[in-house]
Amino acid sequence: MNDLVRLVGLAQPLVSKHLRVLREVGLVGVRDEGRQRMYSVNGQPLKPIHDWVKTYERSWSRRFDRLDVVLEELKEVKEDDDGEDE
Amino acid sequence: MAKTSSGTALVTLPTDTQILITREFDAPRHLVYKAYTTPELIKRWWSGDRGEVTKADVDLRVGGKWRYVMTANGGFEVGFHGEYREVVPNDRLVTTEVYEGMPEGEAVVTHTFSEKDGHTTLTILMQLQSQADRDAVINSGMEGGMQEAMDHLEQVAVSLR
Repeated sequence: MNDLVRLVGLAQPLVSKHLRVLREVGLVGVRDEGRQRMYSVNGQPLKPIHDWVKTYERSWSRRFDRLDVVLEELKEVKEDDDGEDE
Repeated sequence: MAKTSSGTALVTLPTDTQILITREFDAPRHLVYKAYTTPELIKRWWSGDRGEVTKADVDLRVGGKWRYVMTANGGFEVGFHGEYREVVPNDRLVTTEVYEGMPEGEAVVTHTFSEKDGHTTLTILMQLQSQADRDAVINSGMEGGMQEAMDHLEQVAVSLR
């Protein structure tokens, strides 16, 4: 817990609050080890959301891959005529 | 820096009604802006793999209208239109955006172009009116008979790994 507070740079009550919510939805596990509370991340419940967004993300990636090609050409045109503009 | 072809688009959902798209380009921002706002250039990239852009109308001034139409690989037409709300050349564009298949769901889209060491980071923040609208946009990646194109896409993506 102390490690987490240091890492995220928020006050401990706030970190506890976030952890409680994350625990409730199953994204974080917790166990007591002596006087320490040990938290662990469980990313599995995020997988469906990740998959859902991924398909949409791919369509933008295809679009931007094409934009890269256009940009390469624009850069060449620039070099051909002059070096002004910026 | 600069390895691989600049990278891939990153899509995140900052709130229940927003979609944030980020991508870095290996080009100065005035060129990214140009490719983003010039009809002949838009026609070359906007449809991605999904079809042919048949219309790219751009009236680039505050209050001006834009409209893009593509004929998708399945033969049907997909249109988007909107209005420019803010135009700061090479830096920032705020537009409204309506998918014509779902005309009641208007989004406000903020594009920012920021340059560092000759590379440009483009961020596109879509503000939807409701979570249902947001979800519909995300789902559009899977709908409309595009599955075939998507499968094809996946093959290409896997082969590039």
